[in-house]
Amino acid sequence: MKMANEDYELIVGLEVHAELSTKTKIFCSCPTEFGAEPNTHICPICTAMPGALPVLNEKVVEYAVKAGLATNCTISQDSKNDRKNYFYPDLPKSYQISQFDKPLCEHGYIEIEDDFGNPKKIRILRIHIEEDAGKLNHNEFTGESLVDLNRSGVPLIEIVSEPDLRSSGEADRYMKKLKSILQYIDVSDCKMQEGSLRADVNVSVHKKDEPFGTRTEMKNMNSFKSIQRAIEYERERQIYELEHGNKIYQESLRWDDVDGRTYQMRNKEDAQDYRYFPEPDLVAIKLSEEYIEKMKQELPELPEKRKEKYMKELGLSEKDANSLTSSKAFSDIFEKAGEICKNYKSVCNWLNSDIARILNEKELEAEQIPFSAEDLAELVSLIDSGVISSSIGKKVLDELFENPRSPKKIVEEKGWIQISDENAIKEVITKILEANPQSIADYKAGKDRALGFLVGQAMKETKGKANPKMLNEMFLEELKK
Amino acid sequence: MNITELTVHELQEKIRNKELTSYEITKAYIDRINKKEKDVGAFVTINENEAIENAKKIDEIIENGKFDDSTKIDESNIDSSNNLAGIPIGIKDNLCTKGIKTTCSSKMLENFVAPYDATVVEKVKSEKMPILGKLNMDEFAMGSSTENSAIKVTHNPWNLDKVPGGSSGGSAAAVAADMVPFALGSDTGGSIRQPASLCGVVGLKPTYGLVSRYGLVAFASSLDQVGPITKDVKDAAILLNVIAGHDEKDTTSYNMPKKDYVKSLKNDVKGLKIGVPKEFFGDGIDKEVKDKLYEAIETYKKLGAEVEECSLNVAEYALATYYIIACAEASSNLGRFDGLRYGYRADNIKDLKDLYVKSRTEGFGDEVKRRIILGTYVLSSGYYDAYYKKAQKARTFVKKQFDEQFKKYDVLLTPVSPTTAFNIGEKKENPLEMYLADICTVSINIASVPAISIPCGVDSNGMPIGMQLIGDRFSEETILNAAYTFEQKIKFRENHKPSFKRN
Repeated sequence: MKMANEDYELIVGLEVHAELSTKTKIFCSCPTEFGAEPNTHICPICTAMPGALPVLNEKVVEYAVKAGLATNCTISQDSKNDRKNYFYPDLPKSYQISQFDKPLCEHGYIEIEDDFGNPKKIRILRIHIEEDAGKLNHNEFTGESLVDLNRSGVPLIEIVSEPDLRSSGEADRYMKKLKSILQYIDVSDCKMQEGSLRADVNVSVHKKDEPFGTRTEMKNMNSFKSIQRAIEYERERQIYELEHGNKIYQESLRWDDVDGRTYQMRNKEDAQDYRYFPEPDLVAIKLSEEYIEKMKQELPELPEKRKEKYMKELGLSEKDANSLTSSKAFSDIFEKAGEICKNYKSVCNWLNSDIARILNEKELEAEQIPFSAEDLAELVSLIDSGVISSSIGKKVLDELFENPRSPKKIVEEKGWIQISDENAIKEVITKILEANPQSIADYKAGKDRALGFLVGQAMKETKGKANPKMLNEMFLEELKK
Repeated sequence: MNITELTVHELQEKIRNKELTSYEITKAYIDRINKKEKDVGAFVTINENEAIENAKKIDEIIENGKFDDSTKIDESNIDSSNNLAGIPIGIKDNLCTKGIKTTCSSKMLENFVAPYDATVVEKVKSEKMPILGKLNMDEFAMGSSTENSAIKVTHNPWNLDKVPGGSSGGSAAAVAADMVPFALGSDTGGSIRQPASLCGVVGLKPTYGLVSRYGLVAFASSLDQVGPITKDVKDAAILLNVIAGHDEKDTTSYNMPKKDYVKSLKNDVKGLKIGVPKEFFGDGIDKEVKDKLYEAIETYKKLGAEVEECSLNVAEYALATYYIIACAEASSNLGRFDGLRYGYRADNIKDLKDLYVKSRTEGFGDEVKRRIILGTYVLSSGYYDAYYKKAQKARTFVKKQFDEQFKKYDVLLTPVSPTTAFNIGEKKENPLEMYLADICTVSINIASVPAISIPCGVDSNGMPIGMQLIGDRFSEETILNAAYTFEQKIKFRENHKPSFKRN
């Protein structure tokens, strides 16, 4: 098994759906807001009343064009909508208005790192606009299914990659990069927990030098971790099947996160024929060169650009710059806090070490950081001006996550202001030296470590509030006597 | 004075001169409907009480001189004599009316009340016109005889044993029988012009995009247009003035300055270039129909028009193209009737698939099912290229053929229907023969151009014969004037009246 495994190459392609953050739906003026009471954001158009007609929301085109430009796509000046026909209760018209053979954006790429840290381009086949379906709410007690059409007509872009991904790690980095780009250009909030970013994952394996294998598709995946796990599982499964002389069928699978495996979704005989044809209720989408140029000008700064700036102008390492720009929220906090306290280096360290660690522990996204850039700037300033020590700073940070408020206030409330008064420190030093004669002897015998121990004891005595620099200097002075 | 025999422009004058009130007119029509409906069967819903109430309210407004043009939807340069306040109208039952049932003459929507007005209905209401009711049609506008209605059979007022044509058969029969002063119909492949022809009234299919489709229950979105069915050409121009114009709710409607179509009626066709495509006068066309059209051609020549034979080889492609495109779009458009949110839902359902299958099996009639199946087939993978894609190419070809003709001619003159009205039941069991009833009309929808049907005489049985005048895109003014000038000359309405006889 192990041997066989290494003979195979994994091929992954992703179809990523991102809900666009327009205020209104794609074909009517209902709000797109998430979480409203069922069937309150609806009208004759998004519930498919007889005779109702769609009108394309221009913002949707604008956002999709921006997504295309940010991913190096060619923007089509001549595009159109098509109908994708199928029956399902969450699809009131019995067709989804999408784009079939003339998508808005084509032939782009984004750059990620491969598993060895080398830059790699992942090609994007196309980006098209379409409408989301409604939602079915199944009641387990009554066995009823209720239809909520609030989401019906919320705009989506589907970003289809070429099958260029070769590992679950690459797929993960691709998804994260895409998410960060969409957030940078402010076209989607990409909240995976609300389903506003989700992916259909296509997986196949083949022996090198042989043609690509048959792919299977896992639909509607909405967590980075599940996507990675599902790819790993599906790779193992497909290799196992092939090694046992079985065929892989092109089919849709459902990933079960609890069981950690995939299940068949529907019978192959039930394969859908979507009967795509041009949407006759909408006119073709014609974009002028001037329009596309204008969108280019309006495009906000992308992560690559920021990364470059951080390295060149602020002298940060590539690793630090990468980490800061991994999400727009992170990078925004960095820039704002740095500008206020003028200590970019320190802000960078806080974000990339302690804050990143806490986010990871709490399984939070950067957008969910509960305190502001101003708070972080204040924290850095308090340390820089000697009001608190950096170890107290860590305690202040914990407080900021628990109950965000001004760091100054936290320090005052908790009485964490650093002791920098010479007499007060001298008092502590005298006390510690009296209590530890052995350490004095050790130091004098050449054991430098004894100094560290004494400083530590003094910090303990002052509950971390003593100015560590002064402690060090004054202990040395005393010991030399 | 027999109120219901007056045209709309005559009624306008009576209201303006205070000779008649809206109540008197509306009441006269309601009485006429109640008298004739059992013979004609034009109405799905008679809106008696509301129409009378509204007429009284409108009279008050007219009386107090409070009629305010600014409440009209369209800011337009249309002459104020186009004021239709107080004149009632009938509406085909596939145009959504808030508060009145919109059934599309289908069991599927038997009890459906739309929560909104179609844009054309909104326009009619803002003109302060009482709505007399909703008019019968072939189910979902699919048919050429109104026999596909799940609600009732409509009879031709000229001979009650004959069909009124379709799909706007209720609208055409009601206008012919003086049960409404005029009506709104819809035309996907001839559904305004063919019943107008069979019922001896005027029917106009406007250029695709001239009139908003918002609230018209879609049959074939790229072909459907709403248009007037009226007693004479001037009434058609008056109603077109009301309904034409861009609608931001329908992005396929054109945005261009409003025209006053009444002003285009000049009663003069001197120098007008009329082409007569010989392919429309082939073997399938009844001799009596052809003869009347040849007479019409002579009339035009006498009136100073330049008429010559031409070639427009589209008819044979157009019918196939039409049935592929129309059915393809219909199969998708009618998917929303799934028994879930509104409309008919079958009882005793096992599961979701059962709900879909039973509701649609029981809710749709045979012709609708036939077209859904046809349309689903031509869009299916493996068949799409051979049918739908080829039909789209043929459509482009047909358009080009028309474009070529309109480089040479202002108007093309053809029959509307190969025969006069046929007997009820005669073609019902033979769908293909029924489809041939559209042979002269479908190419106009395929080409998106406008055409008007006006009566040009009667056959030996006294059944009306229609003539079709086709114009280039957005040249409604030209065909209206050509029709008007002919009408003024032959005075069809003064010489012929429906007799309500039987075979």
